[in-house]
Amino acid sequence: MMPVTLNHFLVLSAMLFCIGLYGALAKRNAVAILMGIELMFNAVNVALVAFSRFGPASTVAGQSVLLTGQAFAIFILTVAAAEAALGLAIIFAIYRRRETIDPDRLNLLKW
Amino acid sequence: MTADLAWLILFLPLLAFLLNALVLRGRAIAALISTVAIGASFLLSLPFFFALFTRSEPFRTAAPFIQVGQVAFPFTIQIDALTAVMLVVVTGVSLLVHIFSIGYMAGDPGYSRYFSYLSLFSMSMLGLVLAQDLVLVYVGWELVGLSSFLLVGFWYAKPSAADAAKKAFITTRIGDFGFAVALMALFVAAGTTDIPRLIAAAEANQIAAGALLIAALGLFAGAVGKSAQFPLHVWLPDAMEGPTPVSALIHAATMVAAGVYLVARTFPLFEAATGVGGVPAALTVVAWIGAFTAIFAATIALVQTDIKKVLAYSTISQLGYMMLGLGVGSLVAGIFHLFTHAFFKALLFLSSGSVIHGAGTQDMREMGGLRRAMPITFAAFGIGALALAGVFPFAGFWSKDEIIAESLLHGNVVLFLIGEVTAFLTAFYIMRLMMLTFFGEHRGVAEHAGHQAAGTPASPAIGNHSADHGSHGELVPGMPVPAHHAGAPHESPLVMTLPLIILMVPATIAGLWALGGGFHDYLHNVPGVHGAAPPINLPIAALSTVVALGGLATGWFLYAAPGRAAAVARAFGPVTTLLERKYYLDELYEAGINLLFMRGSQALGWFDGTIVDGVVNGVAALFAGLSDVLRRWQTGRVQYYGVFLALGAVLLFVVSLVWTGGLIGR
Repeated sequence: MMPVTLNHFLVLSAMLFCIGLYGALAKRNAVAILMGIELMFNAVNVALVAFSRFGPASTVAGQSVLLTGQAFAIFILTVAAAEAALGLAIIFAIYRRRETIDPDRLNLLKW
Repeated sequence: MTADLAWLILFLPLLAFLLNALVLRGRAIAALISTVAIGASFLLSLPFFFALFTRSEPFRTAAPFIQVGQVAFPFTIQIDALTAVMLVVVTGVSLLVHIFSIGYMAGDPGYSRYFSYLSLFSMSMLGLVLAQDLVLVYVGWELVGLSSFLLVGFWYAKPSAADAAKKAFITTRIGDFGFAVALMALFVAAGTTDIPRLIAAAEANQIAAGALLIAALGLFAGAVGKSAQFPLHVWLPDAMEGPTPVSALIHAATMVAAGVYLVARTFPLFEAATGVGGVPAALTVVAWIGAFTAIFAATIALVQTDIKKVLAYSTISQLGYMMLGLGVGSLVAGIFHLFTHAFFKALLFLSSGSVIHGAGTQDMREMGGLRRAMPITFAAFGIGALALAGVFPFAGFWSKDEIIAESLLHGNVVLFLIGEVTAFLTAFYIMRLMMLTFFGEHRGVAEHAGHQAAGTPASPAIGNHSADHGSHGELVPGMPVPAHHAGAPHESPLVMTLPLIILMVPATIAGLWALGGGFHDYLHNVPGVHGAAPPINLPIAALSTVVALGGLATGWFLYAAPGRAAAVARAFGPVTTLLERKYYLDELYEAGINLLFMRGSQALGWFDGTIVDGVVNGVAALFAGLSDVLRRWQTGRVQYYGVFLALGAVLLFVVSLVWTGGLIGR
C-alpha cells in the first residue's frame, strides 16, 4: 500500500482551495460565497497541518516538537467561525432589508 | 553749507505731492503748496550752484536705502557742476511754470490734480539729476516717464490725449529697455552702478570693451527715447496734447533734456566705448543720430500749422543739436545748449500758452495780428524766437554756434553743414510762426460761443463746446471749457505774463556765460570735460549769424505778403506733402506694427493654439483614451476582482516556478 506523503495532503489542499475559490468567485448567492471562503480556509488548514507533520523541523528523533502549523489551524478555525457568524448575520440583515442576497444586486454604493 | 540740504531739494516737492494727492484732495490751495515747495527747492539749489564756482569736489551725501543680506545699496546724492546747472534749470523753469499754471489752469476741474502731478514730476526729475548711482537715475528716469504720462493724458476724457499719453509711455519704454540692458551690462562687467566708480573703471580700462560698447549704446538708446531722437521721436509732437505749461516744462525744458544729461553724466563711458581699431563708435553714433534728428525735425517744423507742433519739432531739432555737440566730443557745448535752450524754449512754450489762452485756438491759420492785442506775449515770443534762431547776442547764438564750431573742428564737414542748414531752417520756421501768429491781420473768429461761459467755469459751459471745438485744440469734450479760453484776443493776466517777463532775461543773456570760457570753467571738474575752453571761432560765428539772419529774412519775405508762401509750397508739391505727413513715419510705424505685431501675433497665436495646446490637449486625450480602456476593468463587482486576483496569483506562481527552474529545470 502506497504510503501517504506530504504531496497527497498538498494536492488535497489545492483541490479544496480551487473548489472553494470557484464557489467564492462564481456563485450568485452570498451564502454560497461564504461557504466557498470557508472551504478555502480549510484547504489552507489542511496544508498547514500537513506541513506541521511532515515539515523538516517537525521531527527530532521521531518526536514531533513543533506544533506551529497545528496552532495556526486552530486559530484559523476560531476566526473562521467568528467570520461565518458575522457574515451570515450581515447576509441575514441584508436579506431582511433587500429581499435578495445576490451580490450583483447589492450595488447601492456604485454610481 | 552741508550737502544734506540736497535732501530737502528732493523731498519738498515729494511732500507737496503727497500732501496734495492724499490730504488736500481737490482743494485749490494745492497750487500754492506745490509752488512754494518748488520755490524752496529752487532757493536751496542756488547755494550749491554758487558754491561750485570755487569748489572742485562735488557735494556728496548718502542714506541707507536697500539692504539685501551683505549687499548694501545706499541712496547716494552727488552735486557737481553738471548737477548744479541741471538743478537750477529744473527748479527755476519748474517754478516759473508753476506760477504760469496758476493762471493758465484756473477753472479747470482737475486743478489740484494738475499741481500734484507737477510736484511728482519735479521730485522725479530732481531725483534723476541728483542721483549718484545709475540705478537711482533709472528710478528717477522711470518716474519722470510716469509723470509725463499722467500729464500728457491730463485731459484723459479726450481720446487723442489718452492716446498720446500711451504713445509717449510706450515709445520711451523701447529706449528704456536699452537703458536696462546697459545697467545689467555695466553691473556684470564692472560690478557696480555707481557713476564715479564706473567712470574710474572705464578710464582705467577695467571694463571689457564689448560690454562697455553695449552699455554706451544702451544708455544712448534710453536717451534716444527720452530725448525724442530719431527714430523714437514720434511721441513728442503728440505729447503736445497735454496742457501747454506741461509742454514747456516737461516736453521742452527739462525731461526731454534728461537723455542729453544722461549721456553727459556718463560721458567718459562713451569716450571709452570704442569699436574695432579704436574708432569712438559710441560717440560717432551719438553725433550722427543727433545731426540727423536736428535737420529731420527742422524740415517737418517748416510746414506745421499747429503752433505747439512747430515748437515740438523745434525741440526735437534742438535736442538733436545737443546730441551732436556731445557726439563730437564736447560735453560743454551740448550741456550749454541744454542750459540756454531750457530758458528760451520754456519762454517760447509759455508764450504759446499765452497765445492759445488769449486767441482761443492753437491753429496758426486762425491767428494773425496778435502783436497789438498781446504786446507782452509778443515781446516774449520775439525774444524766444531770436534766441532760438541764434541771433547775436541772444542765448541760442552762443550755444548753437559752439556746437556748430565743434562739429567742424572735431567732427567733419558733413556734420558742420547739417548744423548750418538746420540753423537756417530753424530761423525760417520760427519767423514763419511769428509772421503767422503776430503779424498781418487777425483771421480768427472774433466772438466764440464759449464766451458766454465767462465767470461760470463749471458745467454750464459744456453745452457750448461743440461750437468752440473746431478752433480750440485743448478743448475737451465732456470736460468744462475753462472760462477764459474764449472771446476776442486779449493779453493774459499778470500771473501768466510775469513768468514770461522773468524768462526773457535768461533767454537774452544766458549765453553770455560762454564769454571768456566761463561755462567751460564752471564745468571743468565734471568727468568728461577736457582741456581749456576753446576760443570763440569768429568766422564760424559770423557765418552762423548770416545764416540765421538769412533764414529770418526768407521767412519774413515769404509771409509778409499773402500768396508767396503758398506759391512756394505748390512749387515743392510732393516735398510739401511729404513734410506735412511727417515723412509718413507714423504711418510707417503703424504698418510696421501691424506687420510685425499683428502678423507675428497671429503666427504665434497659431503656434500656441495648434502646437502648444495640441501637445497639452494631446496628452490629455491620450490619457482619456487609455482611461476609457482601463476603466472597463473597474466593474465594481468584487467577484471579478477576485477572479483577476486568483489569476494573478497563478501567474506569479508560474513565473516564480519558471524563474527558479522549478517547472522545467528538474
